[in-house]
Amino acid sequence: MGEHTVTSFDEDLAQIDRLIRDMGDLAGVMTQDATRALLKSDNALAQRVISDDTIMDAKQRDLDEKAITLIGKRQPMAQDLRAVVGGIRMASDLERIGDLAKNIAKRVGAVGESATPRSLTHSIDAMAQMVLVQVKSVVERYVEREADALTKLRDEDEKIDVHYTSVFRELLTYMMEDPRNITACTHLLFCAKNLERIGDHVTNIAENAYYVLTGEQLPVQRPKLDETQMMTSAG
Amino acid sequence: MNMLTDAAIENALDKTPAREAVKMRGSDVRVFYGEKQALFDVNLDIGENQVTALIGPSGCGKSTFLRCLNRMNDTIDICRVTGDITLDGEDIYNPRIDVVELRARVGMVFQKPNPFPKSIYENVAYGPRIHGLASAKNDMDAIVETSLQKAGLFNEVKDRLHEPGTGLSGGQQQRLCIARAIAVSPEVILMDEPCSALDPIATAKVEELIDELRENYTIVIVTHSMQQAARVSQRTAMFHLGNLVEVGPTDKMFTNPEDKRTQDYITGRFG
Amino acid sequence: MSENTLTTPKPFDWSSPEAAAMRKRRYAADRRLRLYGLASIVTAIGLLGILITSLIITGHTAFVQTHVAVEFTADPENVPADDPASGNFRAVVATAVQKLFPEADSPAELRVASGILSNGTPNIVRDYVTANPGLVGQTFTLKVPASDPYDQLNKGVIDRDLPEDRRRVSDTEIALFETLEARGLVTTPFNWGLFVNSDSRFPELAGLAGAIAGSFYALLVCFVISFPLGIAAAIYLEEFAPRNRWTDLVEVNINNLAAVPSIVFGLLGLAVFIQIFGLPRSAPLVGGLVLSLMTLPTMIIVTRAALKSIPPSIREAALGIGASKHEVILHHVLPLAIPGILTGTIIGLAQALGETAPLLLIGMNAFLTSPPGGIMDPATALPTQIFIWADSPERGFVSRTSAAILVLLGFLIFMNAFAIFLRQRFERRW
Repeated sequence: MGEHTVTSFDEDLAQIDRLIRDMGDLAGVMTQDATRALLKSDNALAQRVISDDTIMDAKQRDLDEKAITLIGKRQPMAQDLRAVVGGIRMASDLERIGDLAKNIAKRVGAVGESATPRSLTHSIDAMAQMVLVQVKSVVERYVEREADALTKLRDEDEKIDVHYTSVFRELLTYMMEDPRNITACTHLLFCAKNLERIGDHVTNIAENAYYVLTGEQLPVQRPKLDETQMMTSAG
Repeated sequence: MNMLTDAAIENALDKTPAREAVKMRGSDVRVFYGEKQALFDVNLDIGENQVTALIGPSGCGKSTFLRCLNRMNDTIDICRVTGDITLDGEDIYNPRIDVVELRARVGMVFQKPNPFPKSIYENVAYGPRIHGLASAKNDMDAIVETSLQKAGLFNEVKDRLHEPGTGLSGGQQQRLCIARAIAVSPEVILMDEPCSALDPIATAKVEELIDELRENYTIVIVTHSMQQAARVSQRTAMFHLGNLVEVGPTDKMFTNPEDKRTQDYITGRFG
Repeated sequence: MSENTLTTPKPFDWSSPEAAAMRKRRYAADRRLRLYGLASIVTAIGLLGILITSLIITGHTAFVQTHVAVEFTADPENVPADDPASGNFRAVVATAVQKLFPEADSPAELRVASGILSNGTPNIVRDYVTANPGLVGQTFTLKVPASDPYDQLNKGVIDRDLPEDRRRVSDTEIALFETLEARGLVTTPFNWGLFVNSDSRFPELAGLAGAIAGSFYALLVCFVISFPLGIAAAIYLEEFAPRNRWTDLVEVNINNLAAVPSIVFGLLGLAVFIQIFGLPRSAPLVGGLVLSLMTLPTMIIVTRAALKSIPPSIREAALGIGASKHEVILHHVLPLAIPGILTGTIIGLAQALGETAPLLLIGMNAFLTSPPGGIMDPATALPTQIFIWADSPERGFVSRTSAAILVLLGFLIFMNAFAIFLRQRFERRW
C-alpha cells in the first residue's frame, strides 16, 4: 500500500497499529502469566497480571481516543476506515482478554489454598498452551497482513472448544470420584471457561482483522462445538 | 441447532438489492478533443431515480462524460464523441435527436452558481417560457412556485421574487439554478461539482435537496468531495486518466473498493 | 526526506543591515516605478493642456463678435411695402452710415466709414425687414456685426499703438471707430452667429451651422449602416463561424482594415460611390458611407470583444435548460454585451466625426453658404470646415479655426461622456 499524500496521516495510522500490537503482546503476556501463576500457585505472578490489566485498560482508552480523533480529523475511507474502526473493535476484544486473564489470576489463591492435586491441572495446561499460541499469533498475523492465516487461526478455535469440552468432562469426573476436589475443580472449571472465552475473543479479533485486511466479512456460520451444555442437560 | 439460511439472514438485514431500471446508458463512449483522447471506452449505466456520483482526480474525464450526457460538448468545436449514449434506450447522438429537447429532458447544474442577471422569477420562468410549457400567467406562476418549492428556496425568496437572482447568497443562487433546471421538468439532472463554491451549510442544504429530488429525478453528480459522493449517491463511478476504473454501490466503493486506483484515490494516496 | 535535509535553508537574519538595505532598495524601486508613471501622466496632461490652452487663447475671441448699433430707416422709396425683399438695402445702409457719421462728407470718408460695418449688412437688414414688414417707412436700431478688421481692432488683436504702416487699420479708421465707441454704440455680445450661420467669405458672418448639420447627417448614415452590420458580422464570427483557415483570414483582414489609412477609404469612396454608383459629390450620404467603411472594422472588433467578455457560464446556463443558439445570443449574451457595444460604437462614431481626409476626397470641403437640407445635399463637415477656415487668409478666420476646433472637441468630449454614462447605466453584474 502506497503512502498517503498527507504523511502525518500515515503516522496516525501507524500509531494505532502500534497500540494494537502492544496490546496484543500484553494480552499474550497476561494470558501466559495468568496460567503459569494458576498452575504453579504463584501469587506474586498473579498480582502482576492484575496490575497489568490497568495498563491494558489505559492503552485501550488511548487507542479509542486516537482512533476517534483520526476519524474526526481525516475522514478515513476504505481500508483506512476499516483499519481504524477494526482497530477500535480489536482493542476492545484485547481488553476483554486482559480482563479474563485477570479473572484467572484472581482465582490463583483460591485454587492454591484448597491443595489441588497437580494431576488435575494437566489438561488445563495443554488448553492454556493452545490459547496462548492463538493470542500471540492473531496480532502477529494481523500485523503481517496475512489474511489467509487469520482464517486458519479462526478455525483453530474449534480445537480449543473441543479441548474445553474434554477438560470439562475430566474435571466433572474428578469431582464425582472425590467430593474433596469439588472446590478446586470448580475454580479450575471457571479458569477453563475463561480460557475458552479468550479463544472466542481471539476469533473475534481474527474476524475483525480479516475484514480490515480484505474488506470482506468471514461467513457468519462457524462450527461451534460446545457440547458442555448438552452434556450437563443430559447428565 | 437453529441454522438460518443465507437468504433468511439477508432478509433479516433488509439487504435485498432494489432492481433499478437503467435510465441512461453509455456504451464504449470515447471522446476526443482534437487529437487528444479524453475518454476511453466508457461503459456506464445510470440507474433511474438514483444518484450516481462520478469521482476521480482532476482531468480524469468525469466532467467530460457528464457533459456528453446532455451533449453540452457540442458547443466545443474540436470535441468528437463516438460510441452510444442512450436515454430510455434512444441514442442521444442520433442526428434525428433534437438537442434542445434533449437538454430540456437532461438538465444541468454547474459548478459556479450562474443565475441569469434577471429577477428570481425570470430565472425560473425562462426555461418553461422558451419551451412553451405555460401560456397563461397563472400557469407560469404555479411552475415558478413549485420549482422554487422543490428546490427548497421558496420560503426564503417568496417576498422578493422580482429582485435580481444575482443578489442571493451563493448557496441560494445554486438552489435557484437547481430550481431553474427542474422548472422544465427534466428526467435527468446533471450536476457538475454543484457545491464546490459553497460553504458547508449551503452544501448541506444542497445535499439534502439532492436526496429529496432523487424520488422524482435521476441525478448524476460530479464531485471532488469523497464524503459528498458517499453521502448523496447510491452508485459511484471512479474515473482515472479517461478510463472508468470502477463502478459499484457507493457503500461498497467507500469501504471496500476493488481497484487499487480507487483505493488510492479515496484514501488520499495518489501522487 | 534526504533532499529536505540537503536544502534546509540556513537561518536568515531579518534584522541584519544587509536585509534592511535590500528592503530599502526594493521600496526605492517601487517608488521609482510610481514616479515614472506619474511623470508620464503629468507629461500627457501637460501636452494636452498646452494644446487646449493655445486653442482657447486664439479661439476664445471668436465666441464673441463686435456689433455696432446702427439706426436704419426703411425708406419706402428704397423698400417697397408690398415686396420688402426686393428693396435696395444697399442704399438703406448707405443712408444709415451717412447718419452715423454726420461729420463725414467726402465720399472717400464715407467709403471708409461704411467699411466698418460688415459687408453682409444689407442682407442682414433685408432679412430683418422681410421678417417684420411693418417696419417699412420706420426707423429702427439694429446691431450689425462689425467687419473683420474692426472686430479684431475692438478685441485688441490689432494693436492701436503700432505705427500706422504696420497695422491693417489706418489712423483715420481708428478715429472713426473710436467715435462709435465713444458714443457707446459698440458692443461685443456672445457670437451666436458661430452656431447659426453657415460658411461665409466674411469671417464676421461665417458660422458652423452647415458643418454641424453635414457632420450630423454623415454620422447618421454611418451609424445606420455600421451599427447593424457590425453587430451582425461580429455575432456571426463570434458565435457561429467555425474556427478554420477562412475565418482566421477574415479575422486578420478585419484587423488589417481597421489599420488602413483613412485616405484610402476616401479614394475608394470616390471611385465606387461617386464614379460607379453615380452618387452626388459632397453629399453627407457618400461621406457617411465612407465613414461607415472605416468604422465597420472597429465596430466588429469592439462587438466581438464585448461578446467575448460575457462569461461562458451564462451561455452554459441557457444551453443547459435547452435554449437554442439564437435564444442564448438574443436573450442573454447580447443584452449583457450591449453596454460594451454601445461604448465602442460611440467611440467609433467619435473617431468618424473627427475624420478629415476621406471627406476631402469626396468633395465635402466645398464652399457652401447654406446648411444641407438632407443627406443628398452638398455639405461640409466639422473637420473639413476647420480645414477650409485654416486655409483662409482673413485674420478673423484664425480665431474661428481655433473656435471650430474647440467646438469639435466639445462634441467629442460629449460623445465620450455619453459612452461612459451608457456603460455605467447599463452595466450589470453577473
